[in-house]
Amino acid sequence: MQLNPQQLRDAYRRMKTIREFEERLHVEIATGDIPGFTHLYAGQEAVAVGVCTPLTDADFIASTHRGHGHCIAKGCDVVGMMKEIYGRRDGLCKGKGGSMHIADVGKGMLGANAIVGGGPPLAVGAAIACKVRGEGHVSVAFGGDGSCNQGTVFEAMNLAVVLKAPAIFVFEDNGYSEHTGASSAVGSKDISGRARGFGMPAERVDGSDFFAVHAAMLRAIAHARSGDGPSAIEATTTRFYGHFEGDPQKYRAKDEVARHRETMDCLKRFRARMETDRALPVAELEAIDREVAALIDSAVAEAKAAPLPTDADLTSDVYINY
Amino acid sequence: MPQLSMRDAINQALHQEMARDPRVIVLGEDVSGGAGGTSGEREASGGIFGITKGLLPRFGADRVINTPISESAIVGAAAGAALAGLRPVAEIMFADFVGVCMDQIYNQIAKFRYMFGGKTTCPVVIRTAMGAGMNMGAQHSQTIYALLTAVPGLKVVVPSNAYDAKGLMIQAIRDDDPVVFFEHKALYPRKAEVPEEAYTVAFGEANVLREGDDATVVAFGRMVPFAEKALDTLAKEGVKCDLIDPRTTSPLDEEAILESVGNTGRLVVVDESPPRCSIAADIAALAVSRAFDSLQAPVEQVTAPHAPIPFSPALERSWVPGPQKIEAAIRRVLEKR
Repeated sequence: MQLNPQQLRDAYRRMKTIREFEERLHVEIATGDIPGFTHLYAGQEAVAVGVCTPLTDADFIASTHRGHGHCIAKGCDVVGMMKEIYGRRDGLCKGKGGSMHIADVGKGMLGANAIVGGGPPLAVGAAIACKVRGEGHVSVAFGGDGSCNQGTVFEAMNLAVVLKAPAIFVFEDNGYSEHTGASSAVGSKDISGRARGFGMPAERVDGSDFFAVHAAMLRAIAHARSGDGPSAIEATTTRFYGHFEGDPQKYRAKDEVARHRETMDCLKRFRARMETDRALPVAELEAIDREVAALIDSAVAEAKAAPLPTDADLTSDVYINY
Repeated sequence: MPQLSMRDAINQALHQEMARDPRVIVLGEDVSGGAGGTSGEREASGGIFGITKGLLPRFGADRVINTPISESAIVGAAAGAALAGLRPVAEIMFADFVGVCMDQIYNQIAKFRYMFGGKTTCPVVIRTAMGAGMNMGAQHSQTIYALLTAVPGLKVVVPSNAYDAKGLMIQAIRDDDPVVFFEHKALYPRKAEVPEEAYTVAFGEANVLREGDDATVVAFGRMVPFAEKALDTLAKEGVKCDLIDPRTTSPLDEEAILESVGNTGRLVVVDESPPRCSIAADIAALAVSRAFDSLQAPVEQVTAPHAPIPFSPALERSWVPGPQKIEAAIRRVLEKR
C-alpha cells in the first residue's frame, strides 16, 4: 500500500515526537527533576510507528517497560504522558503509574508494563475480544528480545495459534536483554524462527526502516483479518541509550551508539527516502521538526508547573467501589 | 572493625561461601551481565544492585550463571540443582517478579520435603530486592515477604542492617531448607561494622536493638532504622521502648516478642506493606492471643494503606510508613493508661 503525503507526514511526526520526547527526557532526568526508573525508546521509533500507523483506536497494543514510543505511536496525549512521568496529578494515570505504567485503554493502549513478558498474554486476550466482536480489529503484543525467553510469551503465542486469535507479536531486538547481549540470551538467535515453531508465520525486518516495518505490519493485519490467526514480526533495531537512564552500558563497545546513530537512525533514513522518492519536501519535514520541538517544550513546561497529587489520591482508584 | 554497606556485606557473604563450598552456585538475570555484549567486558553488571560483583571473574561461568529473563526457569532450575546436590543462590532482580515464578516457589520448592516424606532437602536461597521509596512504581517496589511467610516450608529473611545481612546470608546458604532472602533496596548503601571473617546469624532469633519498659516496637527491614528515628525523638522526652527486629519472619522469634510485651504491655508493629494479612497483623494476633492479659492498650499496626504503591514521589512518601507515623503510634499506645 502506497502511503499518501498526509500519512507520511503523520508517520514522520510521530517518529520525531518520540525522538524529541526521549532526547528531552534524557536531558531532564540528568537534572534530577524526574523521579524513578526511565527506559528510553530513542532509536526504535520506526518499529512503534511502523506497527501503529495502520491501527485505529479500536485496535489494541500491549507495551513494555520501554513504552513511551508505543504510547506516542498509538496516539496517547504527549502532554499527559510528560505529566505522568513527572508524577503529576493530571498526568495520564494521575501520577500513580509513572513511566513504566503509562496507559490509555480508550486509545487501545493496554499499558506499558514493568514485568518482562507481562504484556503478551494481555494482548492475546484483547485479540480474543476483537475476534468475538468480529469487526476486523487486531491486537499487538510488543516485546523485546529479552521477553521472548519468558514462559508467559510462549504460552501467549501458543494460545493465539490454537484460538486463531487476531494477534500480532512484535519482537523488537535491540541487541540487549537489559545488560546482557541478546545473542547470549536467545538460544536459537532466531526469534522469528521461534515464533514459526509455534505455528504462525513470522518475518524478520529491518527495524530502522519504517517502510519495511509498515509493510510487514500490513501483511500481519491481512493475515489476522483473514481469520488465520496470529503472526510475528521480528524487528532488528537499536537503542540509543542504556537499559535505563543511569546505566553505564559497560556491555557496549564505546563507539557502538555513535555508529548506530550514523547507520541505524530511522529518522535519517526516513528523510533520505523522502528525498529520493520526492515524496515530501524538506521544508515540510523541517516545519514538523519545529512543531514537535515546540510541543515537547510546552509539555515539559506544563508538566513542571502541574499540581502534584495529594494524600486524598493515595487510596482512590484501588477499586470502583469497596 | 571494617565498615561495610549492606550491599558489600551480602557480596562478601557470597564470595566467602562460594570459596568455602564448591556446591554453591549463583544464577540470575545480569548477575554478571556483559555476555554477548559488544564491549567484551566479561562482567558488565555484577547484578543490577552490584550484589554479585566479582563472582564471575573469581568462580567462572559454570558457577556464576548469567541467565535470560526467565524467572520461572531461574527459580525452578535452582530448585532442581538443589535437589541434585548443589546449593544454589538464585537472584530474582525485584521481589515483584516473584509473581512470575510463584509456582516454582509456592507449589514446588516449599513443598518438596513434606511431599517427599522428609527424605530430601532443597537447600536453595532465593535472593531478591524489595521495597518502596525509590519511585519505581507498583511493579518494582513491593515487599511481599508476608505472602511467602504464609507458605509452610519456606524460611523468610528480612535483614535490616549490613551485619545481620552477612550473617543471615551465610546461614541461608548453609541452611538445608529453602530460604527466601529479602534485601531492601534503600538499605543497600547503609553501613555497619561487619567482621571480615565468615559468621552466621541464626534464624528465629530476634535482635533487641533497644531496651525500655514503656512499649514494645517490632519492626522489619527498612522500618527498623525508621523506628530508631522515632525512638530517638521520643527518648528526648524520656520515653524508652524495646525495639525488636525479628530478622526472620519465618521462623519468627515469638518468645522475644511475647516476653517484651509481657513486660511493657504495649505493642507497636511496623511493617512496610498493606495491612491485610500482613506481618503486622500476624504479630498483633500473636500478642492478642498469647499475651492478652498483659496488654494495656490496643496493639498499633503501622503499615502502608490498602493500596498499590504509587509512582509519584508526592504519593509514595505517604504510602511508606515513616518515622512520624511510628512516633504517633507509639504515643497512642502510651496514652492508654
